Amino acid sequence: MIDPHLPLSFLGLFGHAINFILHGQEAETGGIHVGGPEKMAELALTQLKVTGLAMGLGLAIAFPAGVLLGHYGRGELLAVGIGNVGRALPELVIIAIAATTIGVGLLSVTLALTILAVPPILTNTFVAMRQVDRGVVDAARGMGMTPLEQIARVELPLGVPTIMGGIRTATINVVATATIAPLAGVLTLGDLIISRGANGDAGLVAAGICVALLALILEGLLAVLQRLLTSPGMKLARATA
Amino acid sequence: MTSFRLIAAAGQLPQDFFQNRAHKTCIQEQGTVCPGWALDHIGEWVTPTLQHIVLVAVPVACGFVVAFGMALLAHRRRWLVAPFLGVSDVLFTIPSFALFYILLPLTGLGRTTAIIALTAYTLVILFRNTYSGLSNVPEEVKDAGRGMGLTERQLLWRVELPLAVPEIIGGLRIATVSTVALATLAVFINGGGLGVKVYPDISFLTGVLTTGIILLALAFVLDVALVIAQRLATPWLRVAQSR
Repeated sequence: MIDPHLPLSFLGLFGHAINFILHGQEAETGGIHVGGPEKMAELALTQLKVTGLAMGLGLAIAFPAGVLLGHYGRGELLAVGIGNVGRALPELVIIAIAATTIGVGLLSVTLALTILAVPPILTNTFVAMRQVDRGVVDAARGMGMTPLEQIARVELPLGVPTIMGGIRTATINVVATATIAPLAGVLTLGDLIISRGANGDAGLVAAGICVALLALILEGLLAVLQRLLTSPGMKLARATA
Repeated sequence: MTSFRLIAAAGQLPQDFFQNRAHKTCIQEQGTVCPGWALDHIGEWVTPTLQHIVLVAVPVACGFVVAFGMALLAHRRRWLVAPFLGVSDVLFTIPSFALFYILLPLTGLGRTTAIIALTAYTLVILFRNTYSGLSNVPEEVKDAGRGMGLTERQLLWRVELPLAVPEIIGGLRIATVSTVALATLAVFINGGGLGVKVYPDISFLTGVLTTGIILLALAFVLDVALVIAQRLATPWLRVAQSR
């Protein structure tokens, strides 16, 4: 435990957390060494791995579905409804149900996180396709574009900001929820939280700092990706607007 | 109680430990779902549900007050928009679950920390929606108001804010429904709420499912209440629709 007599004890705990990440410490329960850069990197990489798997699976399901429903203007109730219900889904309950019914392991964590990834991607992709000016799509059709060309060269480029907004929301939610994956047997940064007894308060704060950093890094990468995906024409339009 | 649950979850209890408990079979066969047991023991969910409502209501209310003030300020002083949006972008990216533990050295384990972190989360959603609601009021409408002799203050309260109500309530709905789900994680910082009925008993499927149903019902009820509030607050929209 942290010495309560430390002056500025709240700074002290931050200090202990940084120390926990950089050097590690002996477990509160004695004996083994916990924390340290190698252990933290291993936990963070596992967290990134399950996030990547769930986002990949979520995109593979939700993106094509959103594009098709949006292009043909069908299933608005379904696409928007899933988004609304998705916000209400309690992460902890989903992980618990997956762990109990499917069993502990990577599969159940990936599936549980995929359930959280699908709604924002599906809804935002659908909305992005629908909010493209019908006149623009008609013009594309008039120029002789096939439906596939209309989607790929007109609707998707115009929808990039909204679609990426959904992907960013999903990623943040998934990487945050991946923290509780240790409940289903996959050791991510949340292991420091679940095994509070051994890691102590410094471990808790260290986990919080690392999860926040992971989220900020992923958000930064996705912002760069969004810039790369935005067509030069749209950047030009924004600059002159 | 907590230590008992920890041991129970670890499966280290002797088989006869539950002898005097009515839900013996349901607890022992954790993978089975027994609705009858849940109905008989629904009283166990009352306190966590009430705690959960506090974990949602306080952050949404506090977040709304601060966001509303920030939005009005940004509406008047345009140069504040960029820094406010920048801060809210960063706050939005930091998961509230991580914020629980980053705040830990300042506010310790407990409900206060959970409420502060969840407030930060609702604040971001509510600021964006309130500000964009105010910005989306058409310039012609404001000009009409000015033409009728309204001062800037009257314009704000009698024209701009009423027209922004749908977007403001839209933000409140998103913030409320997501906070109902997020507040479940407060259990990991000793914050109480419905999470205590999931963790550490995560393999007790009957309890987990019952908790999930209560959470979804709570989100639904609060969402419907906000929709009704919006209809009451915007009587002119109904007139416009019925024509």
